[in-house]
Amino acid sequence: MTEHEHEEIEHERIEHRVVLRTDVAPDDATLVDDFTPELVDVGAHHLCPGCGEPIAIRSAVESIAELGAIERTISVFGIGCYTAFSNNLDVEVLQALHGRAPSLATGVKRMRPDALVLTVQGDGDMVNEGLQEVLHAAARGERITCVLLNNGVFGETGGHITSTTVLGQRTKNTLDGRDAERDGHPILISDLVASMGGAAYVARGAVNDAGNVARTRRMLTAAFECQERGDGFSFVEILTMCPTGWFVDTHDAPDYLADVIAGTHQVGVVKDTRGEAAS
Amino acid sequence: MSRRLVEGSEAIAHAMVGAGCRFFAGYPMTPFTEILERMAELLPPAGGVCMNAESELEAIGMAWGAAATGARAATGSTGQGLALMQESISELCTARIPLVVIDMGRGQGDYFQATRGGGHGDYRTPVLAPSTVAEAVDLVPVAFDLADEWRNPVLLYGDYYLGHTSQAVELAAAAPASVDKPWALDGSTGGSGRAKLLSPLGAAKQRDGVGYDLAEHLERAGVATREMATGIEPMVDRGYCDDADLVVVAFGTIGRFVRWVVKELRAEGHRVGYVRPITLFPFPAEAVAAAATGARGVAVYENNLGQMVDDVRLAVLGACPVEFIGGLSMDSSGFGVGPEIDAPKIRARILDHLEAMA
Repeated sequence: MTEHEHEEIEHERIEHRVVLRTDVAPDDATLVDDFTPELVDVGAHHLCPGCGEPIAIRSAVESIAELGAIERTISVFGIGCYTAFSNNLDVEVLQALHGRAPSLATGVKRMRPDALVLTVQGDGDMVNEGLQEVLHAAARGERITCVLLNNGVFGETGGHITSTTVLGQRTKNTLDGRDAERDGHPILISDLVASMGGAAYVARGAVNDAGNVARTRRMLTAAFECQERGDGFSFVEILTMCPTGWFVDTHDAPDYLADVIAGTHQVGVVKDTRGEAAS
Repeated sequence: MSRRLVEGSEAIAHAMVGAGCRFFAGYPMTPFTEILERMAELLPPAGGVCMNAESELEAIGMAWGAAATGARAATGSTGQGLALMQESISELCTARIPLVVIDMGRGQGDYFQATRGGGHGDYRTPVLAPSTVAEAVDLVPVAFDLADEWRNPVLLYGDYYLGHTSQAVELAAAAPASVDKPWALDGSTGGSGRAKLLSPLGAAKQRDGVGYDLAEHLERAGVATREMATGIEPMVDRGYCDDADLVVVAFGTIGRFVRWVVKELRAEGHRVGYVRPITLFPFPAEAVAAAATGARGVAVYENNLGQMVDDVRLAVLGACPVEFIGGLSMDSSGFGVGPEIDAPKIRARILDHLEAMA
């Protein structure tokens, strides 16, 4: 390619760009409301571009709507970036402290057994701060559904190591990657929860591609149905992207999730007692 | 109503169920344990739930969740466990969720913990300090009413003595509490466009692209806290103060001992009086100031290193000297049962102080 041809192509690109005017909406544009799910209010959530948490939360509320449980859902939110959603979800929300969502949800469910009760926590919240809470809730067979949004870092505070950060993963305070010798090993929380006698359904999903999003939606529905039947404790871990906290480009984050995070935290159903219940 | 001879812990548990408490969660720790035992026995037959939480953190978390649904809920512990609950207590205050916390202290060393708390942010919790089993039974429904009225946690601060003293008291039958709580969660507002939110960050759902306004919420919470502090009538028990040279201030179990000693000294002709704050917050500052008017001195007898002295001095505002004459009362058991809880010793300290003032 000559220098002239190259310049011409660049020029065309620029031309192409400026053709897309931003002062008026294109004829075929749709309002954001049109593709905002029923239970999420339109508005700023302050999450970064490329974050996987909105997809995970949207999946959860879509599943609730599908089950027809909107008017009897009480959700308990932990502390993390996803807390931004506690005030723009159109289901009732009880805001908890870091790590404490499973105990609050326990009190809620025991007083309102007919409500669909779910918790939303991040990995810093659940696995660092509140590890014993989720394990005890699972051991008790508490009839609640705990949802973990696992991005392997403390996203809200800026990308620091958590108990689920995988070996070799760079974080703000493991700049050369998590080292087992120095930082210990990641906790595979779904496997730990699944080992509890009261856990009826445990699955690990991801939101890095369309296939995994669909699969995660099915896992959430299975977990809620498990709660509705009174089978016991149900748990869905969802691997989410955090390009900001991972220090990777936004468009590379889904692949980073698949290559780095999911290699350790493997996607799939870890425990499902439905078959046992049927037999 | 039935009159029975019961231990303080059992009486408090009965009173809680009688006041409409339907959820209790706790973790064993002396001298709180017996209250948990009795609640486990009394709550299920009354249609309630008693949870054996795995820790104090989970106990208050469970009670928090139950309270958020509008149920009358309670938890409790002793000082060490209360320390773990402080973070939740402050969040409950800011989220404006009522809860009764039974604080069975070991001795009186947790006065600051009870009246100031160790949680974050601007908050206060009303504190009721009964001196007898009968008074505790009377104060339990007051605690639930105050919690509901002000949408704030309320502490009932007792101790080892209160829990283990047997007294004949009137016990009310379990009764449902019918308090309207339009803020409580039941899930039903989902999908309405105005689904409820109970959060220490504010209860307003995002509308028209506007998210939390934390400053506005904290301002409102601050106003509610100030209104509560001035809206609750302080409770106090006092006697022989009108012409007293020396007024002795004491609370809880010790207040009962001091009252008895002062009565004895009066009979012998000594011009002493006593003031026993029943609400430690709001502190009955006016009553203490009025009692100190005309006195030459105020003495504070409490089983710690002198914590309530601060509140008494603030109440007296320099009108006369305020001195601490109590002391730590710890035997090797660590439960606050020790040599300072002894009427002859209290008598000697008061007489020494009278002499020193002369």
